[in-house]
Amino acid sequence: MSLDQIKDKKKRKKRNRLIFRTSILVVLLGAVIFALVSNLQADNTIYRAGDAAPDFKLQQISNNNELESVQLSDFKGKGVMLNFWGTWCEPCKAEMPYMESLYPEYQDKGIEILAVSLDGTELAVDRFIDEYDLTFPVPFDRTGIVRDLYKIGPIPSTFFINPEGKIEEVVNGALSLDRLEGYLQDIQPN
Amino acid sequence: MKEIKCECGHVNPVGTVLCEACGRPIEGNQHLDGNNEKRLLNMRYDGTARRSQTYNKSIIDKIWSFFSSVKVGVWLIVLALVASMVGTIFPQEVYIPANAPSRDPAVYYEDQYGIFGLIFYQLGFHNLYTSWWYLVIIALIGISLVICSLDRFVPLFKALRHQKAQKHISFLSRQRLYSETDVASNEEIETVKNNLKKQRYNIKEENGHILAEKGRFSRWGPYVNHIGLIIILVAAILRVTPFFYMEEYVWVREGQKPIVIPGTDGQYYIENKDFILETHSKDDKRFEAAIAEEGMIPSNFQTDIVIYQTSDKTVPGADAELDPILEGSVRMNDPAKFDKYTVYQSGYQLNEFTSMTFRIHETADTEEAALDTFTVDLTAPEAEYNLDSGFRVVVDKYYPDYYLDSNGIPASETNFPRNPAYVFLIYPPNSDTAEVSFVGIGRNIDATGENIYKLGIEDFEMHDVSGLTVKYDRSLPLFGIGAAIFMIGVIQGMYWQHRRIWIHPSENGILMAGHTNKNWFGIKKDIEKVIKGTNIKMVEDQQELDEK
Repeated sequence: MSLDQIKDKKKRKKRNRLIFRTSILVVLLGAVIFALVSNLQADNTIYRAGDAAPDFKLQQISNNNELESVQLSDFKGKGVMLNFWGTWCEPCKAEMPYMESLYPEYQDKGIEILAVSLDGTELAVDRFIDEYDLTFPVPFDRTGIVRDLYKIGPIPSTFFINPEGKIEEVVNGALSLDRLEGYLQDIQPN
Repeated sequence: MKEIKCECGHVNPVGTVLCEACGRPIEGNQHLDGNNEKRLLNMRYDGTARRSQTYNKSIIDKIWSFFSSVKVGVWLIVLALVASMVGTIFPQEVYIPANAPSRDPAVYYEDQYGIFGLIFYQLGFHNLYTSWWYLVIIALIGISLVICSLDRFVPLFKALRHQKAQKHISFLSRQRLYSETDVASNEEIETVKNNLKKQRYNIKEENGHILAEKGRFSRWGPYVNHIGLIIILVAAILRVTPFFYMEEYVWVREGQKPIVIPGTDGQYYIENKDFILETHSKDDKRFEAAIAEEGMIPSNFQTDIVIYQTSDKTVPGADAELDPILEGSVRMNDPAKFDKYTVYQSGYQLNEFTSMTFRIHETADTEEAALDTFTVDLTAPEAEYNLDSGFRVVVDKYYPDYYLDSNGIPASETNFPRNPAYVFLIYPPNSDTAEVSFVGIGRNIDATGENIYKLGIEDFEMHDVSGLTVKYDRSLPLFGIGAAIFMIGVIQGMYWQHRRIWIHPSENGILMAGHTNKNWFGIKKDIEKVIKGTNIKMVEDQQELDEK
């Protein structure tokens, strides 16, 4: 073997090693990126701020409201406060009067409040609506489908949806009057 | 890169500790394996150059050599351990209790745990195990595992594959097992060779130099083991994706209309036909002691279910047509399967109220003779009951799960009819004035004390609630394969040993050296058998030479 051949061989070996190491590192990096991305996506089954709010259609049961049924996509162009609540839930009782007090003003400004009830019976909801004099629509989720769609955990949970149908803010837990008004202003159509 | 030419003429790569051909210790590199102060040679990786230790040039090589360090790997593991421990100091975000004053983590942690809670939250430990940086550490451990293994496996594999039978005296004499025999005949050497073959050693001969080797296979154990670990790690990563894993829990009430099975994209509904809880017979001798101590012992938890599929994809919540696709029973450890989902019996609650029948009677009537009765269906209670006798009963308040809240005001603790209570307005026939009655389980209150009519509970029906887990886990086979390979690697490394015996002809006799990666007792036994009937000297264990 001449010196040139040896040098050549050495060069080839070095190049092969570089290719080998580079490809292994690329594969590993790819796996890491996949792991991170899929982890973030796993969280994405829960809808977050910035996502499009998934559409649904439910029967409306409040006697104080003339709508028969409610479909979210019908409110495109309006800001929607999508609230999930139950008659037995203490923090819900606290925030309902705030919602009612702001409803007439913000309805005129192009905002709709949808308070999806997760109760088991309509009677309990009716009595609650009577007690608190609620006027906004109360869709009734008998089968739990919308609860699963939005992956609602403990209630109250509120989604503020802008006129383009995108979720602007997700709030878990009860709202104060000030915070509620602030969020409503955020989704108010111009 | 400069290579090292050994005295024997072999050209070794940089960083070689023991010449690849003759085994001579390479001068200037002995510190790498700590051979300087020792009598014996460290045989780790057979003294080959782990290149990454010794040269790095391009950025790729630098990254490579960083990860190839076991020290780095150990530190990554320590880091992951410490982080994991810190994450357990306060509850993770998902475990913030539902009844907390505020479930907003920004408020909750400071509220509950003060300044440490605030720091905990601000550093992101409230979501530790899914945080990007925690995952990055775990991923780096994986990378370190792969590169460490490759970087050691490849040189070791090459070294063992190309090893020569002829080794230098300085290599042999610094092995742990070594002997010099001044006079040995050819017949004796031949006997030894035959004996080695009988012990199932592979013999390699070169100019009268003999290398006998067995169980090299055992050296690959750790690497096989690492392959298993990597597969398990990959399975764990894949399990995060919804394609591989989903688990949800659903409570289904007997008699309730079909409800959506969570996690199925609203595609499947479930109905609970019957929940059955059976117990072992009171007279069962096997459970006598347990029954005496705890009462009845359950023998069966079972839910008879119907699974429905929605036929058409409509807007979620719009009335969908439901086709029953499965009717069957779910028992504990005996799940039901449909599509890719499996339904397990996981919990139950007994005795919710389905319906209650009330009797109206005169307060003064000690016989409590019924003037009329009415039944409240608790799955769909009505607001008003108009009775044949002319009575009108209005449900003014309804508490499915009655309790007095912190302010002493009647309220419902849950959504479910576990302890129903009502405020009834009773309008007697042809009257517009109502009497108010509060009725619940074990409660019957007449606020005014002047009611002419009273309500009594005549009858009631109850139902049970079944808790079912719905899940699929497609990553399990992968975990199984990974664990099996892991185990194969462990067995491979544990139950076999890589034994080598060198025989080096000297002037009139031979030098003999032995090395094994474990079980030195075993190889000594082998050598004893091999030299039986010859004058060849038994090897000496030189380990104590280093222990002075």
